[in-house]
Amino acid sequence: MDFDLTDEQRLLSETLGRFVADRYDFHERPKKMAEGRGYSKAVWDQLAELGVLGLPFAEQDGGFGGGGVETLLVMEALGKGLMVEPYFGAILLAGGALRLAGSPAQKGARLEGIIAGQYLMALAHAEPDGLRHTVDQLRTTAMADGDGWRLTGVKTAVIAGDSADELIVSAATPAGVTLFLVDPQADGVTIVGHPGYDGIRVADVRLHGVAVPANAVLGGLGGGAPILTRLFEEATAALVAEAVGIMADTLNITVDYLKTRSQFGVAIGSFQALQHRAVDMMMQVELARSMAILAALALDMPDEERRLNIAAAKAKVGQAARFVGQQAVQLHGAIGLTLEYKIGHAFKRLTAIDAWLGDADHHLDVIAEAGGLPAIA
Amino acid sequence: MNLDFTDGDRAFRADVRTFLAEALPEDLRRKMIERRHLGKEDIVRWQRILNARGWAVPAWPVEWGGQPWTPTQRYIFQEEMALAHAPEGSPFNVNMIGPIIAKFGTEEQKRRFLPRIANIDDWWCQGFSEPGAGSDLAALKTSAVRDGDDYVLNGQKIWTTQAQHADWMFALVRTANTGKKQQGITFLLLDMKSPGLIIRPIPSIDGISDLNEVFFDDVRVPVANRIGEEGRGWDYAKHLLGHERSGIARIGLSKERLAQLRHLQADLAARGMLTPAEQARLGRKLAEVAVELRALELTQLRVVAADAAGGGQAAAGAASILKIKGTELQQRMTELALELAGPAGLAVPGHDHDDHSGGERDRDDPDGWRPAAPLFYFTMRKVSIFGGSNEIQKNIIAKTMLGL
Repeated sequence: MDFDLTDEQRLLSETLGRFVADRYDFHERPKKMAEGRGYSKAVWDQLAELGVLGLPFAEQDGGFGGGGVETLLVMEALGKGLMVEPYFGAILLAGGALRLAGSPAQKGARLEGIIAGQYLMALAHAEPDGLRHTVDQLRTTAMADGDGWRLTGVKTAVIAGDSADELIVSAATPAGVTLFLVDPQADGVTIVGHPGYDGIRVADVRLHGVAVPANAVLGGLGGGAPILTRLFEEATAALVAEAVGIMADTLNITVDYLKTRSQFGVAIGSFQALQHRAVDMMMQVELARSMAILAALALDMPDEERRLNIAAAKAKVGQAARFVGQQAVQLHGAIGLTLEYKIGHAFKRLTAIDAWLGDADHHLDVIAEAGGLPAIA
Repeated sequence: MNLDFTDGDRAFRADVRTFLAEALPEDLRRKMIERRHLGKEDIVRWQRILNARGWAVPAWPVEWGGQPWTPTQRYIFQEEMALAHAPEGSPFNVNMIGPIIAKFGTEEQKRRFLPRIANIDDWWCQGFSEPGAGSDLAALKTSAVRDGDDYVLNGQKIWTTQAQHADWMFALVRTANTGKKQQGITFLLLDMKSPGLIIRPIPSIDGISDLNEVFFDDVRVPVANRIGEEGRGWDYAKHLLGHERSGIARIGLSKERLAQLRHLQADLAARGMLTPAEQARLGRKLAEVAVELRALELTQLRVVAADAAGGGQAAAGAASILKIKGTELQQRMTELALELAGPAGLAVPGHDHDDHSGGERDRDDPDGWRPAAPLFYFTMRKVSIFGGSNEIQKNIIAKTMLGL
């Protein structure tokens, strides 16, 4: 049992922590969001230079072979900065699908560009008219058409969908859910981007009989569901780590505010009602941190243990994130509701994280259905 | 980072498990499973079995019967005890007065008291709280006035758990009224058979009379029974807080209780005693408890690992939340057992007779747990009150961890 970081991991954490603290001022965030693509290309290039974009990819593919703990450290740091750059969407989701399922040729054609920050991919999976969290019950279809396929359907919440060089689209086929590589410029593709309420740009993607060739299939015909299952486990572990970064930062800001904001002639942090609320926040941050660590380590556990421990982490972090976000706003009062202050933005990103990849209730249902959690260690 | 126990720790766990499987008397095990109140003789019997094995007081100094266990091993031991349904022993003897005497007592006090404490030849109770000194413990007023080689005590203690069983009390008393109120407090050991000492039981909502008032009317305590220096009792008592972090959250206990809740739910469902809606609702509530417990378990493991690495202040934030979250979780599970028992838990055979759950019952009665469930719910309200209420814990965390 060991919760210490290796020297390399500590260096990674410190480097990114410094990068976010020095180079990612919160007040610059609106400018980044206002750039055409909804994030800063300059920051993206810096992340590429730091090697962060290549972190999860295998060394033989030009990456650094980072695992769950490394991704945890990256996401925690990015969370502290409330970064709007699409690391989660482009590197972990879309990049992860390619990493898990891509053929050598498919990877060879793309990974170098992805790692260098020159090629951006987006995963189009969630559907506005379907189940909120599923890997195998999709409305988007792919029909065989000659040697290739024709895709029809609507996808939503596609991170960086309107700036992506290529989409990965999940669709139902007679053989089961399948992933397809789709050119966003292809006939029949309509993409409309929106700023997400959390500051991260998303897009709706409409597919109208979009023709793709046979070699656009990623991970085998009918192979989509298990790939997405594994992918979402990894992505969930990353998301809860991001939430912990945000929550820890939110707690610090809130406690500082309690020490400096004066009313009735004293710092409001001297009031017991507010002290206890701050302690309640701290307890949730600590429990969430424990669960983020568990999720990262669970990625190397056997199937059922992995699945359920990660579900437990998402459930706990979803609840904790809601609590910490709401309390941070409440303890700040009106300033917590404004766009000029970080707390409101943190609250919104924490809210969005719960909605991603199954909210707390969804994962509690998963655990209830399994009859509980398997023992660890 | 990894969650793996070492081979050595795994072998240790196997040893503990084997011992407990053989050594724990079946009647005690049953009582524990049914959440029935343990009598003094039950606790003494088990403590002596552990003591014969050398495991009664593992956290004490080795020369006084402790074990050179690592924080991880202490955690494993406590978890295995709970999973085997073994009683915890007297906290006053094992976790409180023993370590205090071992740390601050004279050689003579150690020789005289420690072996008897470990074997519960003497049963100890704690004389801290007073009618006017609960959360504000330093406001205590029981006076001890020096008279030759004795102190003469006058005043009153209250909420004295199991004073009716006790041979000895360790008490905080006031020897001075000058300066800060913490500075005039002295730590004394007193014989419960002393003339002038009167015990009055206070029946409580769980049907037990384990709480007491203890009155002192010119009770004489030899100065030789003082711990350390006069006026420094507060410092010695503070030592009881938080120096042992490996078991605060009671993870093993909660695991065992959650397993039992699952078992009971399945049993009731199989016998057609739960509607589908009730099953779904209970399943969901148990899932929430399982998640909270997993989060707390990991938090406890972080603290254990920090201590094993000689952590000191490491994981201090995590450590500070263990008592609050641990007690909340224990209480939550008693609510669920209460819910499972339903109206059939209302009648308490033997409730009039100061027995937690109705004396001897049919060993094979599958519903034997039911009368105990509500009483266990009532009794467990205490865990967020004693030893510094959860609100006091939050005050401490706000000050020490958050700087508020």
